[in-house]
Amino acid sequence: MKAMVYRGPYKIRVEEKDIPAIEHPNDAIVRVTKAAICGSDLHLYHGLIPDTRIGHTFGHEFIGVVEEVGPSVQNLKRGDRVMVPFNIFCGSCYFCARGLYSNCHNVNPNATAAGAIYGYSHTTGGYDGGQAEFVRVPLADVGPTVIPDWMDEEDALMLTDACATGYFGAELGDIVEGDTVVVFGAGPVGLYAAKCAWFMGAGRVIVVDHLEYRLEKARTFAHAETYNFVEFDDIVVHIKHITDGLGADVVIDAVGAEASGHFLQHVTGSQLKLQGGSPIALNWSIDSVRKGGNISVVGVYGTVPSAVKFGDAVNKGLTLRMNQTPVKREWRRLFDHVRAGYLKPSEIITHRIPLDEIAEGYHMFSSKLDDCIKTVVLPAA
Amino acid sequence: MVYTADKPHLAPSSDELRARIPGWGTDLDPANRPGVPKMRFDPAASGAHWEIPEQQEEKVPRERSIEHERLPPVFGTAQPLKGLSGRIRRYAYERYSEARSIHWMLLILGDRVDSIESQVSSLLALKPDNPITETGVLAEFRRGGLSSRLGKNRADGSHQWIAGLLVAAPYVLTGVALVSGIRRLARRR
Repeated sequence: MKAMVYRGPYKIRVEEKDIPAIEHPNDAIVRVTKAAICGSDLHLYHGLIPDTRIGHTFGHEFIGVVEEVGPSVQNLKRGDRVMVPFNIFCGSCYFCARGLYSNCHNVNPNATAAGAIYGYSHTTGGYDGGQAEFVRVPLADVGPTVIPDWMDEEDALMLTDACATGYFGAELGDIVEGDTVVVFGAGPVGLYAAKCAWFMGAGRVIVVDHLEYRLEKARTFAHAETYNFVEFDDIVVHIKHITDGLGADVVIDAVGAEASGHFLQHVTGSQLKLQGGSPIALNWSIDSVRKGGNISVVGVYGTVPSAVKFGDAVNKGLTLRMNQTPVKREWRRLFDHVRAGYLKPSEIITHRIPLDEIAEGYHMFSSKLDDCIKTVVLPAA
Repeated sequence: MVYTADKPHLAPSSDELRARIPGWGTDLDPANRPGVPKMRFDPAASGAHWEIPEQQEEKVPRERSIEHERLPPVFGTAQPLKGLSGRIRRYAYERYSEARSIHWMLLILGDRVDSIESQVSSLLALKPDNPITETGVLAEFRRGGLSSRLGKNRADGSHQWIAGLLVAAPYVLTGVALVSGIRRLARRR
């Protein structure tokens, strides 16, 4: 089969690989029909995540058709069209039994701090991902779900991570009616977080980024008030000005490890890997939320320390909430919103490319070319 | 501005927002939010029909964090450890917990060694890495590299060039080393 493979920082290519085999009685093999490139794939692509092995196939956002199932699989059969949450989870450990599917303790030998994710290095379990023609889907009775007949396939694809993560980001903010919510980052997750903040009763939703085309999308897709931080000497002071000096009630960091906006932090955190990412958005979040406010972190950071302004967070009495998204737990409500027409996740897709062009797809997304927001990869094209 | 006990009136009314924004307030009630409370004991919700998943067969010795007392029942089998990078990574897993920075630094070192090993083996297998196609840099021409940047006042303009330097540096340094080695050999003769 054809699969995207990692060849070192900033380098990938398409290679022929063996079709994955059933390795556990509850495995399924899925023929991928659509995959997506996630912003967090860029952290792997840039060599930021430890134990990213040469030959690894990325891709944790994908949908497909069940090709084969293991002997203990009860809920799926060959031919089912499935959407697969980015988390691999057992459904039965201490954490899964309490809904924290992203923190499963039974699926990742390489780390206890991280759960397991498709195509996201050995730090998250060493599973090849879905930017390929076929993928192994472990624990098939708890992860994948048959795509409802009424759901558009591209909407289903967006729900496997980015859209669910945006909703989860808003949820972590503990938004109450009338809250002012600031979202740092107008990438896919930030756009969805901004959109979903309204569902939870936000009074104002403000999106901050430096890419004008993404801020335009935040205005049209997420009905947000937007600010380009490049236009301000100090974006934190500006946020204080527009919130009567108090700061925002809730801030969502939807940027993570590769934030721009502070040269030294970016170079040490993102380029030279001396930190677990550049925590610019997180520090701006800490400084621009009001005292006693909530910060939700859904941006991804690395595993080594970052220069975070923790003293400010303590002095301000902040609540910081964060996690990888337990995707499947969020789906029930998100399905309602999609079906009701409140949310059309596929509206943020800007590019559709064949698997053979994936190296240029990564470069385009990484370098923010051609007004790229979200790219769908088509293995069969 | 004067700081008072009142919450600043900065937002439109809820009625106005409900009329303007599709779905506004539908999840105002925390009971509608699937992640509230954060932890809710409901083992049946996942659909798991086991207390512990069956143990996956360990066909090759599988490295694991020393914080796991045993190999978890399900694990990835992609890219098993090999070569010098494999030895470095295995040492990182066997010697240091995830709490130690050196654990992660060794894994990153393993990544860089793996990169060199794989470039050499790929060259020997007559499938050499092609930095032009593998970096996707041709997208600069096909996807509007110039028009995406010129006049856009992007914050990443100050550092994007460093990535190019980091990617090109190993090739340039290898080229310089090869040329200087060949020159030295030529001089000796």
